[in-house]
Formats: sequence, structure tokens, C-alpha cells
Amino acid sequence: MTDQWIDVCAVGDINEEDVIRFDHGPHTYAVYRSADSEFFATAGLCTHESIHLADGLVMEHVIECPKHNGRFDYRSGKALGAPVCVNLKTYEVRVEAGRVLLAITV
Amino acid sequence: MHEHNAAFEKTDKPVPRDYRLTGPEAARAAQKGLVSATWYQSPISRKRMKELMQRRDGPALRDTAIWLSAMAVTGFGGYWFWGSWACVPFFFVYGLLYGTASNARWHETGHGTAFKTRWMNDAVYQLSSFMFMFEPQVWRWSHARHHTDTIIVGRDPEIVEPRPPSLIMMVLSLFRMPYALKTMGSVCRHAVGRMGEEEQTFIPESEWPKVARDARVWLAIYGLTVGTALFLQSWLPLMFIGLPTLYGGWLSYLFGLSQHVGLAEDVLDHRSNCRTIYMNRLLRFLYLDMNYHLEHHMYPMVPFHALAQLHEEIRRDCPPPYGSLSEAFKEIIPTIWRQRKDPSHFVCRPLPQRAASAATVQAEPEVTPA
Repeated sequence: MTDQWIDVCAVGDINEEDVIRFDHGPHTYAVYRSADSEFFATAGLCTHESIHLADGLVMEHVIECPKHNGRFDYRSGKALGAPVCVNLKTYEVRVEAGRVLLAITV
Repeated sequence: MHEHNAAFEKTDKPVPRDYRLTGPEAARAAQKGLVSATWYQSPISRKRMKELMQRRDGPALRDTAIWLSAMAVTGFGGYWFWGSWACVPFFFVYGLLYGTASNARWHETGHGTAFKTRWMNDAVYQLSSFMFMFEPQVWRWSHARHHTDTIIVGRDPEIVEPRPPSLIMMVLSLFRMPYALKTMGSVCRHAVGRMGEEEQTFIPESEWPKVARDARVWLAIYGLTVGTALFLQSWLPLMFIGLPTLYGGWLSYLFGLSQHVGLAEDVLDHRSNCRTIYMNRLLRFLYLDMNYHLEHHMYPMVPFHALAQLHEEIRRDCPPPYGSLSEAFKEIIPTIWRQRKDPSHFVCRPLPQRAASAATVQAEPEVTPA
């Protein structure tokens, strides 16, 4: 099992305090840019009912699911209360030469 | 074996569908692809949606201050004039604020969209849930299911009126009698740690201790209120806590009827099973802008104070809104009356041509154009 760095997008493709959806193979991810331009990534689907989080709202370090308003801290993946009870998986992200790279274990 | 839907049998006596979450309709909904399905959403840019979703404390702080201040003033008036007819108008308004306005407030704070600050949502959620006699944990999960499977028979625990409707139950529901009795029973059951069979289908086991905790707190509050009333030999304490849920909940029931009743069941398009109704400022205050119900269901992350703007963004992709609550009831009452004999009847809302085919699954019974 090794980490493989996957090119996601250019830095400018994600607005500050926003999120985009990134699909790779059979998996979907949510990639975030914080208000101070740090990048993070989590699993793309809400652990409550498998809704794409990239359609939700980023508020400071929280992503809110668009369907039932479940909230996670996208830095740690921690579920912040009902109706979400299961944490999100998080992934390492880095920026190189203006590109956002996502670490995927293969 | 030939399969048929019992709801649509043509017999002299209407055959009700099975609205239980543990009955055969639940499996039927799954077979038809209606469970946790993808719903139609009117197109709106991500940029605009982000603007509409933004949370603020100001509107809900102002609303909550007006709401609680009005309760304090009318409550004092009711206390001051207690024993004379002059207390009636005060308790009439107090009841509406306690027994109707609380419904909209638990709902909005339950979504986490009323305030930007989370603890404020949680505090008003607990208070208004108690006032409306909605157990906070149970309804948080029940409402999540309502948004996942809106008016899907066998899945949605919040279908207000089954088909065929019972007029006697509807009259009693104006004073929330059936619901209040059922809730007091479930509060006692939850207080001793027992969950209902249907509740177990939508509340995760990890949350059951919270259900029991809240039920015990409620019993303590009701016990203190009843004890005070007995000690004082007066109904007055109960006029402030407990009874307003019954005598002030009638308008909330009418709001509830206006949301979905008479529209299609088992469709995946909120434009076909939700009503948006224009209302005056007073009703919108009591209802916290939930008259934009279609918009709320389609985009539940948009806070109450932005729903009117969302309505403007998508209204050309939606059926025409109703001009008033009375206009909506001119449709609802005859529909309910007809459903007593013909449960297959419902109002089919006109969809704009462009997106009319977007809903992937549609109800099959005969329809009457709105």
C-alpha cells in the first residue's frame, strides 16, 4: 500500500472557503480550500446518506451536507452532530507548482 | 401472481394505503426506486447558491427577540386578567406564539439554518421543540427521513394526512389531541429507555440515550407544572406550559396541511408534492417563511430569510405559487373531501414544459389538473 499523488486541479479552480467534487476511478472526493488558502480533502459522500458534499456549504472549517445539513470538520473529518454520527475519511493534500495534488492509497 | 396497489382498488369502500414504515409499502417503495433517490432540482448557479446559503445571526436574533417578547407581554396580560374574559385575547395570541410559532422555529433551528452560531440553533431548538411537543431527538431524525423520502408512502414518517383522510381525526388534530396523547405515551416510554419499532428504523441506536434523557427532562418539567397547578389550585400554570400546545396549535396544523396534503405521493420532484404559498408578513413571521415550502425542500440549506430570494431564482421552473393560504385551502378542502371516497385522487401541479420529464418516477393514479 503506497500513496499515489493525483493531480486534482489548479489552485485557482477552487475559490477560497469553498469545495469542489473530484472523481477518480470509482471513488469520489471533496477537496476544500479554506479562507486562508489551505487545502484539505475528504471522502466525497456524506456518511449519513451518501450525498455529495461538494454541493454543500463551507463555513470556516466546517462542511455542511446539502441534504440534511449534517456538519463535519473537513480538517479532521469529525462528525459534529446529528444527523451525522460517522466521521469522514480524510486525505492528504499538497500544492506543487500551482496544482492541487491529492494522496490516494493504492 | 398479479400485483395490484390496494390504494387504487375500485370498490365501494376506500381501501387505505399502509403508511407504516414497517409495512409492505416500505418494500414497495424500495422496489420502485423511491428510497433515498435523486430528486429533481431547478438549475441555479453554484455562485448564487453559495450567496443564498450564507448564514447570519441577525435575522433570527431579531425574530427570536420579537417572538419571546411578544410571549412575555401576552403572557403577562393573560396572568393580569386571569379570572375575567379579558384574558382570552391575551391567551389566544400567547397560544399562537407558543403552539404555532414554535413549530416553525424547531424546524428551522433543527436544520441548523436559523442562526449562524450553532449553540443558538441548539438552544432555540430545545425550547421550541418542547413548546410544540416534538421530542427533539426523535423529530431531528424523523425530519431527516422526511427530507430524504418526502411523501413516499412507507418511508416518510411525517405524512400529515393519509388517504383516505379521517375527518374526525382532522378536527381533533386542530387541537393536536391525537398527537399530544400519542406523544405523552411515547415520552413515558422513552423515559424508561424503550424505543418504538418504527423509531428504530430512522433513529440510530447511538442516539437512543439522548432520546431517554430528553424525555426525562420533559417529564420533570410537566411534573413541576402540574404540581404547581395542584398546589395553587389553579389552571393558570398549565395555561402557560402544556395547554398552549393544544389551544394554540390550530394554525400550525393548517400550515402543515398546506405543505403537501392533496398533492402527489411517490414522486421524486418537490414541485409535484410541495406548495409555495404567498402569505402576509404576520403569517410569514409565525411560519418563519416556510410558506416557500417547495424551495425549502428543494434546497434545505437555504436559511429562512433567503427563501424569498431563492423563490425568485427558480420560480419560472416551478408551478405557479398560490396567492394566499385561503386560495390553497380552496384546493385542499375539496381534494380531501373527494379522497374520502377516492384515495387515488390528487392534485397534479403543472410543471414547466422544459423540465416536466425530469422526475424519473411518477405516481400512476388518475389525476385532476390544478
